[in-house]
Amino acid sequence: MRKNLNVIAAYSIMMVLIILVGIFQSWNIALSIFNMCLISAVMTMGANIQWGYAGLINFGIMGYTALGGLAAVLISVDPIQEAWRVGGFDILMCLWLIIVMVLVIRFILKNFQKSKLRTYGIAAIIVAGIIIIRITAEPGIEAIEAVNPAKTGFLGGLGLPIIFSWIVGAFFAGGLAFIVGKVALGLRADYLAIATLLISEIVIAIIKHEDWLTRGVKNVIGLKRPAPYEVDLQTTDWFINLVEKFNSGKLSLISNLADRQSALNQLVIEGSSVFVKLCYSGLFLVVVIILLILTQKALYSPWGRMMRAIRDNEEAANAMGKNVVKQHLLIFILGSAIVGIAGAMLVTQDGLFTPGSYRPMRYTFLIWVMVIVGGSGNNFGAILGGFAVWFLWIEAAPIALFLINLFTASMSDTHALKVHLIESVPYFRYLMMGLGLLLIMRYRPKGIIPEKIEIK
Amino acid sequence: MDILNAIVLLLNYIFVPALTYGSQLALGAIFVTLIYGILRFANFATGDMMSFGTMVAILFTWYFQSIGISLGILPTALLAIPFAILFMIIYMLLIDKFVFKYYRVQKSPPVQLAMVSIGVMFVTQAVVRIIIGPADQRFFDGQKFIIKAGEFKEMTGLNEGLAIKSTQVITIFVTIILVSVLFWFLNKTKTGKSMKAYSDNEDLALLSGIDPKKIVMITWIIAGILATIGGVLYGLDKSFKPFTYFNNMLPIFAAAIVGGIGNPFGAFLGGYVIAFSEIFLTYAYKKFFMYVLPESMEPETLVQLLSTDYKFAVSFSILVIVLLYRPSGIFKGKIL
Repeated sequence: MRKNLNVIAAYSIMMVLIILVGIFQSWNIALSIFNMCLISAVMTMGANIQWGYAGLINFGIMGYTALGGLAAVLISVDPIQEAWRVGGFDILMCLWLIIVMVLVIRFILKNFQKSKLRTYGIAAIIVAGIIIIRITAEPGIEAIEAVNPAKTGFLGGLGLPIIFSWIVGAFFAGGLAFIVGKVALGLRADYLAIATLLISEIVIAIIKHEDWLTRGVKNVIGLKRPAPYEVDLQTTDWFINLVEKFNSGKLSLISNLADRQSALNQLVIEGSSVFVKLCYSGLFLVVVIILLILTQKALYSPWGRMMRAIRDNEEAANAMGKNVVKQHLLIFILGSAIVGIAGAMLVTQDGLFTPGSYRPMRYTFLIWVMVIVGGSGNNFGAILGGFAVWFLWIEAAPIALFLINLFTASMSDTHALKVHLIESVPYFRYLMMGLGLLLIMRYRPKGIIPEKIEIK
Repeated sequence: MDILNAIVLLLNYIFVPALTYGSQLALGAIFVTLIYGILRFANFATGDMMSFGTMVAILFTWYFQSIGISLGILPTALLAIPFAILFMIIYMLLIDKFVFKYYRVQKSPPVQLAMVSIGVMFVTQAVVRIIIGPADQRFFDGQKFIIKAGEFKEMTGLNEGLAIKSTQVITIFVTIILVSVLFWFLNKTKTGKSMKAYSDNEDLALLSGIDPKKIVMITWIIAGILATIGGVLYGLDKSFKPFTYFNNMLPIFAAAIVGGIGNPFGAFLGGYVIAFSEIFLTYAYKKFFMYVLPESMEPETLVQLLSTDYKFAVSFSILVIVLLYRPSGIFKGKIL
């Protein structure tokens, strides 16, 4: 108990902060911060597995998040029959062609000696394959995108409950990680960072511009929810009774019957959105706890010990007969899959998929700030980092506004500098993130809750 | 005649824009490669440092315009560049003193320095956005075109026009001068040679009496000059927007690595490799074939290898291929 005191203290402070937001701003804001904190925590756990356990640097988090989001779309949206009829065959043909291409390349790689001829041959196959696939796909894609373009214009999905996408998102992200890992894991750390960053940009470019699959920048809105809708709740009897019971003290003060009814209506509207957010919190909390248990178990297992050995001294681990390349690939896939889950959760919560919103600042670098600030190599640290940094990211604007008003109190309200500063309040969050990262790296390089390995 | 038309078409839509864009990338890539070679880390704040320098130049341009100073047909921004460079160098030296120096003295691994540069990236981005805002800023003034498409058609009697913007000529011209001076400095002067020695082998350089503090300072000064000029040229040619500058970091990295990181000449050529391949692969060649081929063979589609949406993806794919088959870059940089 004693040695975990700082962990408990840090988490209690975090909870108190969120509750304070609930009391002073509103419970709605507090809960949406809390939900995003949980999603961020899942992302940081994924990044922490790669960086903290194995020392692999992955700046492609954005790409895996987007793939998770894509999974949510492909699972939950109803299939669009019309689009499948006009263009489905062409798309399936292409899929088949891609599989054939990959198999042929594999065959060549296996059965021929490494030579210039083989390299050029493979390059020629890839170029010819891309041209054939484009020619095959063109009419299909055009036909699909022409089907009711204002509303659909894409193939749609499978029409299953969106919860399944959390698992499928993990598989999507893991699959991408397998390819990326095969290509890039041999590189030195900072090259791996650049390569993964650029590959994630390619993924985003594809998601943005392949309209037949993702609707691209036209966005997919109105995804199915795992939680009830506010509108339905507001007309449900048991929910209205529940709200009445909760607020009976407040309501009984109002004597006028009509006033009381309108006050109750207001409370029901507020209550319904809080209730929906609570449902999400519950779901997310379950995911976070399951992942936490699994990652903690893995960390203290022989496998976790081996990973740390590889991280701390690759050559020595190799000499001990550990397959470094294979383990690196495995952990790269596992970490990315967890990030994919978070991506699917994010889209589930928002109910919409907007490929244009995936930017490296928000989905890659911010997550890295979380990992470094929280404490790499320690799951509790990583989760705390997710909470603290996201909280600061959201509350930075009010804090900055308060500070600006404090320091410019002597100026008149129309002073040009004051007006300019107040206008640029949203950008102070970048300043706080940057300074926070620099200060932590300088004075507490292991993060708020440092890695601590107990030998049992 | 048709052949001439085809050549002018390619010049107008591929060659001139690619040469301009390539020059802008090349300056950024040399900046990245110098920091990597001498300070030994991948600087993720590259794009934002460039946007900081450009921002100062824009502020000076506005100031000059407000007091009525201009360069006539040339953009006023050229006059603002020296002042912007000064501010940029001061900013970089301050960052080095307060941030990077500590890790250099500690001999931290390059990954840690790269992480620190992300912190610098956040801070710089915030500073730029707080001072000038996230919006698009155009600060070009003076004469816009050297040759207009219409004038060119009248002059030569061809169907295709060739438009050359003054910013394109300025970009290419300035890049040639700057890069020549830089290579002369690196290869011929004593300081330049000691920088190379330091980059090759730090310990040996120290033993032969090279002062590391001086080398680091000169590196930041050169980096400041390159970042500011590269940023201002890009802003003049297109427009200044902090987010675009941040994104430009990616093709710049690609250029530096394709050229062989740590090798300034490779980075210089890498910029053009990236720019030309981006534009070559995403250009629709329909009109070109209409001129070159007989009428019966005219293509019906756009004859575009990749849609322009994938412009960025092209450079990144090149990078991935280079990393796979020749990780030290086309022109042999440091071995990875």
